[in-house]
Amino acid sequence: MKDDIVSMQKDIVASFRGLDDWLDRYDLLVSSGRELPPFPDEERNDENAISGCQSNVWIKMGIENGRMTISADSDAAITKGILALLIKVLADRTPQEVAESDLFFIDETGLGTNLSPSRSDGLRIIIKTIRDFARSN
Amino acid sequence: MLDVARIREDFPILASEVNERPLVYFDNSATSQKPQVVIDALVEFYSRKNSNIHRGVHHLSEVASGEYEASRTKVSQYINASRPEEIVFTNSTTGSINLLADSLSRSYLREGDEIIVTEAEHHSNLVPWQMACERSKAKIRMLPMEDDGSLSVERLKGMIGERTRLLTVSHVSNVLGIVNPVEEIGALASANDVMYVVDAAQSIPHLPIDVNRIGCDFLAFSGHKVLAESGIGVLYGRHDRLLDLPPSQGGGGMVNKVTMERTTYADPPLRFEAGTPNISGALSLAVALDYMSDIGLRDIIEHEEMLTAHMREGLERFEGLQLYGTADPRVPLFSFNIDGIHHYDLGLVLDKMGVAVRTGTHCAEPLMERYGVKGSVRASLAFYNTIEEIDVFFESLEKAVVLLG
Repeated sequence: MKDDIVSMQKDIVASFRGLDDWLDRYDLLVSSGRELPPFPDEERNDENAISGCQSNVWIKMGIENGRMTISADSDAAITKGILALLIKVLADRTPQEVAESDLFFIDETGLGTNLSPSRSDGLRIIIKTIRDFARSN
Repeated sequence: MLDVARIREDFPILASEVNERPLVYFDNSATSQKPQVVIDALVEFYSRKNSNIHRGVHHLSEVASGEYEASRTKVSQYINASRPEEIVFTNSTTGSINLLADSLSRSYLREGDEIIVTEAEHHSNLVPWQMACERSKAKIRMLPMEDDGSLSVERLKGMIGERTRLLTVSHVSNVLGIVNPVEEIGALASANDVMYVVDAAQSIPHLPIDVNRIGCDFLAFSGHKVLAESGIGVLYGRHDRLLDLPPSQGGGGMVNKVTMERTTYADPPLRFEAGTPNISGALSLAVALDYMSDIGLRDIIEHEEMLTAHMREGLERFEGLQLYGTADPRVPLFSFNIDGIHHYDLGLVLDKMGVAVRTGTHCAEPLMERYGVKGSVRASLAFYNTIEEIDVFFESLEKAVVLLG
Protein backbone atom coordinates (compact mmCIF):
# COMPACT_ATOMS: atom_id res chain seq x y z
CA MET A 1 0.00 0.00 0.00
CA LYS A 2 1.30 3.44 -1.00
CA ASP A 3 1.77 6.17 1.57
CA ASP A 4 -1.09 8.63 1.56
CA ILE A 5 -0.89 11.76 -0.58
CA VAL A 6 0.00 14.00 2.33
CA SER A 7 2.87 11.99 3.76
CA MET A 8 4.31 11.27 0.35
CA GLN A 9 4.41 14.99 -0.38
CA LYS A 10 5.99 15.66 3.00
CA ASP A 11 8.78 13.23 2.12
CA ILE A 12 9.38 15.00 -1.17
CA VAL A 13 9.45 18.41 0.50
CA ALA A 14 11.90 17.13 3.13
CA SER A 15 14.28 15.71 0.55
CA PHE A 16 14.33 18.97 -1.45
CA ARG A 17 14.63 21.16 1.62
CA GLY A 18 17.50 19.04 2.83
CA LEU A 19 19.55 20.38 -0.05
CA ASP A 20 21.01 23.88 0.36
CA ASP A 21 21.94 24.50 -3.19
CA TRP A 22 19.55 24.95 -6.11
CA LEU A 23 21.88 23.01 -8.35
CA ASP A 24 21.58 20.01 -6.02
CA ARG A 25 17.80 20.36 -5.98
CA TYR A 26 17.68 20.45 -9.76
CA ASP A 27 20.04 17.49 -9.81
CA LEU A 28 17.57 15.55 -7.67
CA LEU A 29 14.70 16.65 -9.87
CA VAL A 30 16.45 15.67 -13.09
CA SER A 31 17.40 12.28 -11.56
CA SER A 32 13.75 11.66 -10.63
CA GLY A 33 12.80 12.31 -14.24
CA ARG A 34 15.39 9.86 -15.50
CA GLU A 35 13.82 7.12 -13.39
CA LEU A 36 10.51 7.40 -15.23
CA PRO A 37 9.73 4.35 -17.38
CA PRO A 38 10.24 4.99 -21.12
CA PHE A 39 7.29 6.69 -22.80
CA PRO A 40 6.32 4.91 -26.04
CA ASP A 41 7.02 6.91 -29.20
CA GLU A 42 3.53 6.27 -30.56
CA GLU A 43 2.04 7.94 -27.48
CA ARG A 44 3.84 11.19 -28.27
CA ASN A 45 0.83 12.31 -30.24
CA ASP A 46 -1.45 15.33 -30.28
CA GLU A 47 -4.00 13.59 -28.13
CA ASN A 48 -1.56 13.22 -25.24
CA ALA A 49 0.22 16.55 -25.78
CA ILE A 50 -0.26 19.41 -23.35
CA SER A 51 -0.09 22.83 -24.95
CA GLY A 52 0.90 25.97 -23.10
CA CYS A 53 4.33 24.81 -21.93
CA GLN A 54 7.67 26.01 -23.30
CA SER A 55 8.72 22.38 -23.61
CA ASN A 56 6.82 19.47 -25.12
CA VAL A 57 4.80 17.55 -22.56
CA TRP A 58 2.80 14.35 -23.08
CA ILE A 59 0.56 12.73 -20.50
CA LYS A 60 -1.36 9.49 -20.87
CA MET A 61 -3.84 8.53 -18.19
CA GLY A 62 -6.14 5.58 -17.59
CA ILE A 63 -8.02 3.68 -14.90
CA GLU A 64 -7.08 0.19 -13.81
CA ASN A 65 -8.91 -1.56 -11.01
CA GLY A 66 -10.44 1.74 -9.97
CA ARG A 67 -7.06 3.47 -9.70
CA MET A 68 -5.38 6.00 -11.94
CA THR A 69 -2.47 5.15 -14.17
CA ILE A 70 -0.37 8.07 -15.30
CA SER A 71 2.59 8.02 -17.63
CA ALA A 72 4.24 11.15 -18.93
CA ASP A 73 7.21 12.55 -20.74
CA SER A 74 8.84 15.83 -21.71
CA ASP A 75 11.77 16.79 -23.88
CA ALA A 76 12.98 19.10 -21.09
CA ALA A 77 14.73 17.39 -18.19
CA ILE A 78 13.41 19.66 -15.45
CA THR A 79 9.84 19.41 -16.66
CA LYS A 80 10.25 15.65 -16.80
CA GLY A 81 11.45 15.70 -13.20
CA ILE A 82 8.33 17.56 -12.11
CA LEU A 83 6.19 15.08 -14.02
CA ALA A 84 7.96 12.26 -12.17
CA LEU A 85 7.09 13.85 -8.82
CA LEU A 86 3.47 14.32 -9.84
CA ILE A 87 3.27 10.67 -10.90
CA LYS A 88 4.86 9.59 -7.64
CA VAL A 89 2.23 11.48 -5.66
CA LEU A 90 -0.87 10.91 -7.81
CA ALA A 91 -0.58 7.63 -9.70
CA ASP A 92 -2.19 4.48 -8.34
CA ARG A 93 -4.81 6.49 -6.42
CA THR A 94 -8.54 6.60 -6.89
CA PRO A 95 -9.81 9.35 -9.17
CA GLN A 96 -11.59 10.85 -6.18
CA GLU A 97 -8.34 11.10 -4.19
CA VAL A 98 -6.62 12.80 -7.15
CA ALA A 99 -9.52 15.18 -7.75
CA GLU A 100 -9.57 16.25 -4.10
CA SER A 101 -5.80 16.33 -3.56
CA ASP A 102 -4.06 19.42 -2.22
CA LEU A 103 -0.71 19.54 -4.00
CA PHE A 104 1.27 21.54 -1.46
CA PHE A 105 4.66 20.05 -2.38
CA ILE A 106 4.98 22.30 -5.42
CA ASP A 107 4.94 25.48 -3.37
CA GLU A 108 6.82 24.04 -0.41
CA THR A 109 9.71 22.70 -2.48
CA GLY A 110 9.84 26.02 -4.30
CA LEU A 111 9.56 24.17 -7.59
CA GLY A 112 6.41 26.12 -8.38
CA THR A 113 6.95 29.57 -6.99
CA ASN A 114 10.60 29.75 -7.96
CA LEU A 115 10.00 28.80 -11.51
CA SER A 116 9.35 31.34 -14.20
CA PRO A 117 5.71 32.43 -14.56
CA SER A 118 5.46 30.69 -17.91
CA ARG A 119 6.66 27.48 -16.30
CA SER A 120 4.27 27.84 -13.38
CA ASP A 121 1.56 28.36 -15.93
CA GLY A 122 2.56 25.20 -17.78
CA LEU A 123 2.58 23.38 -14.46
CA ARG A 124 -0.91 24.61 -13.66
CA ILE A 125 -2.11 23.32 -17.01
CA ILE A 126 -0.51 19.92 -16.36
CA ILE A 127 -2.14 19.64 -12.93
CA LYS A 128 -5.48 20.78 -14.27
CA THR A 129 -5.29 18.13 -17.00
CA ILE A 130 -4.69 15.40 -14.43
CA ARG A 131 -7.45 16.65 -12.13
CA ASP A 132 -9.93 17.04 -15.00
CA PHE A 133 -9.29 13.45 -15.99
CA ALA A 134 -9.79 12.32 -12.39
CA ARG A 135 -13.06 14.23 -12.10
CA SER A 136 -14.46 12.75 -15.28
CA ASN A 137 -13.79 9.17 -14.16
CA MET B 1 37.00 54.22 -22.78
CA LEU B 2 33.86 53.38 -20.86
CA ASP B 3 34.14 53.45 -17.07
CA VAL B 4 31.77 50.50 -16.62
CA ALA B 5 32.15 50.29 -12.84
CA ARG B 6 30.96 53.87 -12.53
CA ILE B 7 28.18 53.45 -15.06
CA ARG B 8 26.87 50.41 -13.20
CA GLU B 9 26.34 52.61 -10.16
CA ASP B 10 23.75 54.50 -12.19
CA PHE B 11 21.62 51.35 -12.48
CA PRO B 12 20.36 50.37 -9.03
CA ILE B 13 18.99 47.00 -10.16
CA LEU B 14 22.41 45.81 -11.31
CA ALA B 15 23.52 45.56 -7.69
CA SER B 16 20.78 43.08 -6.80
CA GLU B 17 21.14 39.44 -5.96
CA VAL B 18 19.07 36.67 -7.52
CA ASN B 19 18.96 33.27 -5.85
CA GLU B 20 21.67 34.53 -3.49
CA ARG B 21 24.05 35.27 -6.35
CA PRO B 22 24.90 38.58 -7.97
CA LEU B 23 22.53 39.26 -10.85
CA VAL B 24 24.01 38.82 -14.30
CA TYR B 25 21.43 40.47 -16.52
CA PHE B 26 21.79 39.14 -20.07
CA ASP B 27 18.21 39.74 -21.19
CA ASN B 28 18.70 43.26 -22.44
CA SER B 29 17.11 42.64 -25.82
CA ALA B 30 13.85 41.94 -24.04
CA THR B 31 14.16 45.13 -22.03
CA SER B 32 16.95 47.33 -20.77
CA GLN B 33 17.48 48.28 -17.16
CA LYS B 34 16.92 51.90 -16.14
CA PRO B 35 19.45 54.41 -14.87
CA GLN B 36 18.63 56.45 -11.78
CA VAL B 37 18.16 59.60 -13.88
CA VAL B 38 15.27 57.96 -15.70
CA ILE B 39 13.72 56.69 -12.47
CA ASP B 40 14.13 60.16 -10.95
CA ALA B 41 12.53 61.79 -13.99
CA LEU B 42 9.43 59.66 -13.53
CA VAL B 43 9.20 60.48 -9.84
CA GLU B 44 9.79 64.15 -10.60
CA PHE B 45 7.08 64.16 -13.26
CA TYR B 46 4.43 62.66 -11.02
CA SER B 47 5.58 64.68 -8.00
CA ARG B 48 5.65 68.10 -9.65
CA LYS B 49 4.51 68.21 -13.26
CA ASN B 50 1.71 65.71 -13.80
CA SER B 51 -1.08 67.09 -15.94
CA ASN B 52 -2.74 66.29 -19.22
CA ILE B 53 -1.21 67.96 -22.24
CA HIS B 54 -2.26 70.19 -25.13
CA ARG B 55 -5.75 71.05 -23.96
CA GLY B 56 -5.22 72.88 -20.72
CA VAL B 57 -4.67 76.58 -20.10
CA HIS B 58 -3.37 76.13 -16.60
CA HIS B 59 0.22 76.19 -15.47
CA LEU B 60 0.81 72.45 -15.02
CA SER B 61 -0.67 71.60 -18.38
CA GLU B 62 1.66 74.15 -19.96
CA VAL B 63 4.63 72.57 -18.20
CA ALA B 64 3.67 69.01 -19.17
CA SER B 65 2.87 69.99 -22.78
CA GLY B 66 6.16 71.83 -23.07
CA GLU B 67 8.15 68.88 -21.81
CA TYR B 68 6.26 66.41 -23.97
CA GLU B 69 6.99 68.46 -27.09
CA ALA B 70 10.60 69.00 -25.99
CA SER B 71 10.90 65.21 -25.79
CA ARG B 72 9.66 64.94 -29.34
CA THR B 73 12.32 67.41 -30.44
CA LYS B 74 14.97 65.48 -28.53
CA VAL B 75 14.00 62.21 -30.20
CA SER B 76 13.99 63.86 -33.63
CA GLN B 77 17.51 65.15 -33.04
CA TYR B 78 18.75 61.81 -31.71
CA ILE B 79 17.77 59.97 -34.91
CA ASN B 80 18.55 62.95 -37.13
CA ALA B 81 15.00 63.49 -38.38
CA SER B 82 14.43 66.71 -40.31
CA ARG B 83 11.82 68.09 -37.93
CA PRO B 84 10.08 67.20 -34.66
CA GLU B 85 6.79 66.68 -36.51
CA GLU B 86 8.29 63.54 -38.03
CA ILE B 87 8.17 61.86 -34.62
CA VAL B 88 4.93 60.14 -33.65
CA PHE B 89 4.75 58.86 -30.09
CA THR B 90 3.17 55.40 -29.81
CA ASN B 91 3.18 52.76 -27.10
CA SER B 92 5.92 50.53 -28.56
CA THR B 93 7.59 49.30 -31.72
CA THR B 94 4.63 46.97 -32.09
CA GLY B 95 2.25 49.91 -31.71
CA SER B 96 4.19 51.89 -34.30
CA ILE B 97 4.16 49.14 -36.91
CA ASN B 98 0.49 48.35 -36.32
CA LEU B 99 -0.42 52.01 -36.73
CA LEU B 100 1.57 52.19 -39.95
CA ALA B 101 0.39 48.90 -41.43
CA ASP B 102 -3.21 49.69 -40.61
CA SER B 103 -3.06 53.15 -42.18
CA LEU B 104 -1.26 51.94 -45.28
CA SER B 105 -3.74 49.11 -45.77
CA ARG B 106 -6.47 51.73 -46.09
CA SER B 107 -4.57 54.15 -48.29
CA TYR B 108 -1.38 53.08 -49.99
CA LEU B 109 -1.64 49.32 -50.48
CA ARG B 110 -3.78 47.89 -53.27
CA GLU B 111 -4.83 44.42 -54.32
CA GLY B 112 -1.90 42.54 -55.84
CA ASP B 113 0.75 44.83 -54.34
CA GLU B 114 3.73 43.11 -52.79
CA ILE B 115 5.32 43.67 -49.41
CA ILE B 116 8.79 42.22 -48.87
CA VAL B 117 9.65 41.13 -45.32
CA THR B 118 12.64 39.12 -44.18
CA GLU B 119 12.63 35.65 -42.72
CA ALA B 120 14.23 36.96 -39.54
CA GLU B 121 11.55 39.45 -38.57
CA HIS B 122 10.10 39.58 -35.09
CA HIS B 123 6.39 38.76 -35.17
CA SER B 124 5.73 42.45 -34.56
CA ASN B 125 7.17 43.27 -37.97
CA LEU B 126 5.38 40.42 -39.68
CA VAL B 127 1.90 39.91 -38.24
CA PRO B 128 0.77 43.56 -38.69
CA TRP B 129 1.72 43.27 -42.38
CA GLN B 130 -0.16 40.00 -42.69
CA MET B 131 -3.18 41.79 -41.22
CA ALA B 132 -2.67 44.68 -43.63
CA CYS B 133 -2.63 42.17 -46.48
CA GLU B 134 -5.91 40.67 -45.33
CA ARG B 135 -7.48 44.11 -45.55
CA SER B 136 -5.87 45.37 -48.75
CA LYS B 137 -5.42 42.05 -50.62
CA ALA B 138 -1.74 42.84 -50.96
CA LYS B 139 0.70 39.93 -50.69
CA ILE B 140 3.72 39.20 -48.55
CA ARG B 141 6.93 37.92 -50.09
CA MET B 142 9.64 36.60 -47.81
CA LEU B 143 13.31 37.35 -48.24
CA PRO B 144 15.18 34.32 -46.85
CA MET B 145 18.29 34.86 -44.74
CA GLU B 146 21.65 33.48 -45.88
CA ASP B 147 23.04 30.49 -43.98
CA ASP B 148 25.26 32.70 -41.83
CA GLY B 149 22.25 34.81 -40.83
CA SER B 150 23.15 37.75 -43.04
CA LEU B 151 20.85 39.40 -45.52
CA SER B 152 21.82 39.43 -49.18
CA VAL B 153 21.15 42.73 -50.92
CA GLU B 154 21.70 40.95 -54.25
CA ARG B 155 18.96 38.45 -53.44
CA LEU B 156 16.72 41.29 -52.35
CA LYS B 157 17.41 43.14 -55.59
CA GLY B 158 16.21 40.08 -57.49
CA MET B 159 12.94 40.05 -55.57
CA ILE B 160 11.92 43.63 -56.20
CA GLY B 161 9.45 43.78 -59.02
CA GLU B 162 6.81 46.02 -60.53
CA ARG B 163 4.27 45.26 -57.82
CA THR B 164 6.69 45.73 -54.91
CA ARG B 165 5.30 48.64 -52.95
CA LEU B 166 6.83 48.21 -49.55
CA LEU B 167 9.97 46.72 -48.10
CA THR B 168 10.57 46.23 -44.40
CA VAL B 169 13.61 44.99 -42.57
CA SER B 170 14.87 44.94 -39.02
CA HIS B 171 18.07 46.89 -38.50
CA VAL B 172 19.22 44.15 -36.12
CA SER B 173 17.42 40.81 -35.79
CA ASN B 174 16.28 40.08 -32.24
CA VAL B 175 17.46 36.49 -32.64
CA LEU B 176 20.61 36.73 -34.73
CA GLY B 177 22.09 39.99 -33.48
CA ILE B 178 23.49 40.67 -36.93
CA VAL B 179 23.43 44.24 -38.23
CA ASN B 180 21.68 44.41 -41.58
CA PRO B 181 22.96 46.77 -44.32
CA VAL B 182 20.05 49.19 -43.91
CA GLU B 183 21.68 52.05 -45.81
CA GLU B 184 22.41 49.91 -48.85
CA ILE B 185 18.86 48.57 -48.74
CA GLY B 186 17.61 52.16 -48.42
CA ALA B 187 19.38 53.13 -51.63
CA LEU B 188 17.87 50.11 -53.37
CA ALA B 189 14.37 50.95 -52.12
CA SER B 190 14.70 54.55 -53.17
CA ALA B 191 16.01 53.63 -56.64
CA ASN B 192 12.96 51.39 -57.14
CA ASP B 193 10.50 53.81 -55.59
CA VAL B 194 9.55 51.30 -52.88
CA MET B 195 8.38 52.49 -49.48
CA TYR B 196 10.99 51.50 -46.91
CA VAL B 197 10.21 50.67 -43.26
CA VAL B 198 12.93 49.89 -40.71
CA ASP B 199 12.40 48.14 -37.38
CA ALA B 200 15.07 49.62 -35.13
CA ALA B 201 13.90 48.00 -31.88
CA GLN B 202 17.14 46.06 -31.43
CA SER B 203 19.54 48.60 -32.87
CA ILE B 204 18.51 51.69 -30.92
CA PRO B 205 20.35 50.65 -27.71
CA HIS B 206 23.55 49.76 -29.60
CA LEU B 207 24.05 51.88 -32.70
CA PRO B 208 23.65 55.44 -33.89
CA ILE B 209 20.40 55.76 -35.84
CA ASP B 210 20.32 58.32 -38.63
CA VAL B 211 17.07 58.17 -40.58
CA ASN B 212 18.48 60.36 -43.34
CA ARG B 213 21.51 58.17 -43.90
CA ILE B 214 19.38 55.03 -43.75
CA GLY B 215 17.04 56.63 -46.27
CA CYS B 216 13.92 55.12 -44.76
CA ASP B 217 10.37 56.37 -45.07
CA PHE B 218 9.46 55.03 -41.65
CA LEU B 219 11.36 53.71 -38.65
CA ALA B 220 10.07 52.26 -35.40
CA PHE B 221 11.55 51.64 -31.97
CA SER B 222 10.57 51.22 -28.32
CA GLY B 223 11.71 53.35 -25.42
CA HIS B 224 12.04 50.52 -22.93
CA LYS B 225 14.82 48.87 -24.89
CA VAL B 226 16.90 52.04 -24.65
CA LEU B 227 16.70 52.79 -20.91
CA ALA B 228 13.31 54.52 -20.90
CA GLU B 229 10.01 53.52 -19.37
CA SER B 230 7.79 50.77 -20.82
CA GLY B 231 4.84 51.87 -22.90
CA ILE B 232 6.47 54.56 -25.01
CA GLY B 233 7.37 53.93 -28.62
CA VAL B 234 8.32 55.98 -31.63
CA LEU B 235 7.22 55.95 -35.22
CA TYR B 236 9.43 58.15 -37.35
CA GLY B 237 7.84 59.06 -40.66
CA ARG B 238 9.26 61.28 -43.37
CA HIS B 239 7.14 64.40 -43.36
CA ASP B 240 5.60 64.00 -46.82
CA ARG B 241 4.80 60.36 -46.08
CA LEU B 242 3.11 61.24 -42.80
CA LEU B 243 1.04 63.93 -44.51
CA ASP B 244 -0.32 61.27 -46.89
CA LEU B 245 -1.15 58.83 -44.10
CA PRO B 246 -4.70 58.62 -42.74
CA PRO B 247 -5.12 58.25 -38.97
CA SER B 248 -5.40 54.77 -37.54
CA GLN B 249 -7.31 55.68 -34.39
CA GLY B 250 -9.85 58.39 -33.77
CA GLY B 251 -10.42 60.36 -30.60
CA GLY B 252 -9.43 63.49 -28.79
CA GLY B 253 -6.36 65.46 -29.71
CA MET B 254 -6.13 64.25 -33.32
CA VAL B 255 -8.76 66.47 -34.90
CA ASN B 256 -9.09 69.93 -36.42
CA LYS B 257 -12.82 70.28 -36.48
CA VAL B 258 -15.54 67.86 -35.55
CA THR B 259 -19.18 68.02 -36.58
CA MET B 260 -21.68 65.20 -36.48
CA GLU B 261 -21.35 64.89 -40.26
CA ARG B 262 -17.64 65.20 -40.79
CA THR B 263 -14.32 65.52 -39.01
CA THR B 264 -11.11 66.96 -40.30
CA TYR B 265 -7.88 65.66 -38.86
CA ALA B 266 -4.98 67.48 -37.32
CA ASP B 267 -1.63 67.58 -39.07
CA PRO B 268 1.02 64.99 -38.20
CA PRO B 269 2.14 64.00 -35.67
CA LEU B 270 -0.96 64.77 -33.57
CA ARG B 271 -3.18 63.10 -36.18
CA PHE B 272 -1.71 59.81 -34.99
CA GLU B 273 -1.82 60.46 -31.26
CA ALA B 274 -5.48 60.08 -30.37
CA GLY B 275 -6.25 60.16 -26.67
CA THR B 276 -3.96 60.96 -23.78
CA PRO B 277 -0.49 59.72 -24.67
CA ASN B 278 2.17 58.25 -22.40
CA ILE B 279 3.45 61.62 -21.22
CA SER B 280 5.84 60.39 -18.56
CA GLY B 281 7.09 57.77 -20.99
CA ALA B 282 7.96 60.42 -23.55
CA LEU B 283 9.76 62.45 -20.90
CA SER B 284 11.66 59.38 -19.73
CA LEU B 285 12.72 58.65 -23.29
CA ALA B 286 14.23 62.10 -23.67
CA VAL B 287 16.16 61.63 -20.42
CA ALA B 288 17.27 58.16 -21.53
CA LEU B 289 18.54 59.40 -24.88
CA ASP B 290 20.37 62.24 -23.16
CA TYR B 291 21.99 59.68 -20.89
CA MET B 292 23.10 57.65 -23.93
CA SER B 293 24.50 60.78 -25.56
CA ASP B 294 26.31 61.84 -22.39
CA ILE B 295 28.10 58.51 -22.22
CA GLY B 296 28.65 58.66 -25.94
CA LEU B 297 27.77 56.08 -28.54
CA ARG B 298 31.40 55.85 -29.61
CA ASP B 299 32.46 54.60 -26.20
CA ILE B 300 29.40 52.39 -25.95
CA ILE B 301 30.20 50.76 -29.28
CA GLU B 302 33.84 50.29 -28.34
CA HIS B 303 32.90 48.55 -25.09
CA GLU B 304 30.21 46.45 -26.73
CA GLU B 305 32.62 45.31 -29.43
CA MET B 306 34.87 44.02 -26.67
CA LEU B 307 31.92 42.23 -25.03
CA THR B 308 30.87 40.79 -28.40
CA ALA B 309 34.36 39.45 -29.10
CA HIS B 310 34.63 37.85 -25.66
CA MET B 311 31.18 36.26 -25.94
CA ARG B 312 31.91 35.03 -29.44
CA GLU B 313 35.18 33.45 -28.39
CA GLY B 314 33.52 31.64 -25.46
CA LEU B 315 30.59 30.44 -27.54
CA GLU B 316 32.82 29.11 -30.30
CA ARG B 317 34.96 27.24 -27.78
CA PHE B 318 31.97 25.70 -26.01
CA GLU B 319 31.55 22.05 -26.86
CA GLY B 320 28.37 21.08 -28.69
CA LEU B 321 27.13 24.65 -28.93
CA GLN B 322 25.25 25.75 -32.00
CA LEU B 323 25.22 29.51 -32.57
CA TYR B 324 22.46 30.89 -34.81
CA GLY B 325 23.81 33.62 -37.03
CA THR B 326 27.55 33.85 -37.40
CA ALA B 327 27.93 36.82 -39.74
CA ASP B 328 29.43 40.18 -38.85
CA PRO B 329 28.96 42.97 -37.95
CA ARG B 330 26.82 42.26 -34.91
CA VAL B 331 25.68 43.59 -31.57
CA PRO B 332 26.24 41.58 -28.35
CA LEU B 333 23.14 39.43 -28.80
CA PHE B 334 23.52 35.68 -29.28
CA SER B 335 21.06 32.81 -29.74
CA PHE B 336 22.23 29.26 -29.33
CA ASN B 337 21.45 25.69 -28.36
CA ILE B 338 23.60 23.01 -26.80
CA ASP B 339 23.40 19.48 -28.23
CA GLY B 340 21.06 17.20 -26.33
CA ILE B 341 19.90 19.81 -23.84
CA HIS B 342 16.58 21.63 -23.90
CA HIS B 343 16.94 25.41 -24.09
CA TYR B 344 14.32 25.75 -21.40
CA ASP B 345 16.29 23.63 -18.92
CA LEU B 346 19.36 25.76 -19.58
CA GLY B 347 17.42 28.95 -18.91
CA LEU B 348 16.04 27.63 -15.62
CA VAL B 349 19.38 26.40 -14.33
CA LEU B 350 21.16 29.60 -15.36
CA ASP B 351 18.53 31.57 -13.47
CA LYS B 352 19.33 29.64 -10.32
CA MET B 353 22.90 30.84 -10.73
CA GLY B 354 21.77 34.44 -11.02
CA VAL B 355 22.09 34.61 -14.81
CA ALA B 356 19.05 36.02 -16.62
CA VAL B 357 18.68 34.89 -20.24
CA ARG B 358 15.67 34.38 -22.45
CA THR B 359 14.49 31.05 -23.86
CA GLY B 360 11.90 30.14 -26.44
CA THR B 361 11.12 31.24 -29.96
CA HIS B 362 11.82 34.94 -29.31
CA CYS B 363 8.68 35.84 -31.26
CA ALA B 364 10.41 34.74 -34.45
CA GLU B 365 8.86 31.38 -35.24
CA PRO B 366 9.60 31.41 -38.99
CA LEU B 367 13.30 31.82 -38.20
CA MET B 368 13.25 29.02 -35.61
CA GLU B 369 11.61 26.83 -38.21
CA ARG B 370 14.35 27.68 -40.66
CA TYR B 371 16.92 26.38 -38.17
CA GLY B 372 14.74 23.37 -37.44
CA VAL B 373 14.50 24.06 -33.70
CA LYS B 374 11.65 24.74 -31.30
CA GLY B 375 13.51 27.49 -29.56
CA SER B 376 16.88 28.65 -28.29
CA VAL B 377 18.67 30.39 -25.46
CA ARG B 378 19.34 34.07 -26.07
CA ALA B 379 21.97 36.00 -24.17
CA SER B 380 21.81 39.72 -24.91
CA LEU B 381 24.17 42.24 -23.38
CA ALA B 382 24.19 45.97 -22.87
CA PHE B 383 26.96 48.53 -22.40
CA TYR B 384 26.69 48.16 -18.61
CA ASN B 385 27.64 44.48 -18.76
CA THR B 386 31.20 43.38 -18.09
CA ILE B 387 33.79 40.85 -19.16
CA GLU B 388 33.60 39.38 -15.63
CA GLU B 389 29.88 38.78 -16.08
CA ILE B 390 30.57 36.95 -19.32
CA ASP B 391 32.98 34.71 -17.43
CA VAL B 392 30.30 34.00 -14.80
CA PHE B 393 27.88 33.25 -17.63
CA PHE B 394 30.19 30.65 -19.15
CA GLU B 395 31.04 29.08 -15.78
CA SER B 396 27.32 28.80 -15.08
CA LEU B 397 26.66 27.37 -18.53
CA GLU B 398 29.29 24.71 -17.95
CA LYS B 399 27.72 23.75 -14.62
CA ALA B 400 24.29 23.63 -16.24
CA VAL B 401 25.57 21.31 -18.95
CA VAL B 402 27.12 18.97 -16.37
CA LEU B 403 23.81 18.89 -14.51
CA LEU B 404 21.61 18.41 -17.55
CA GLY B 405 23.87 16.57 -19.97
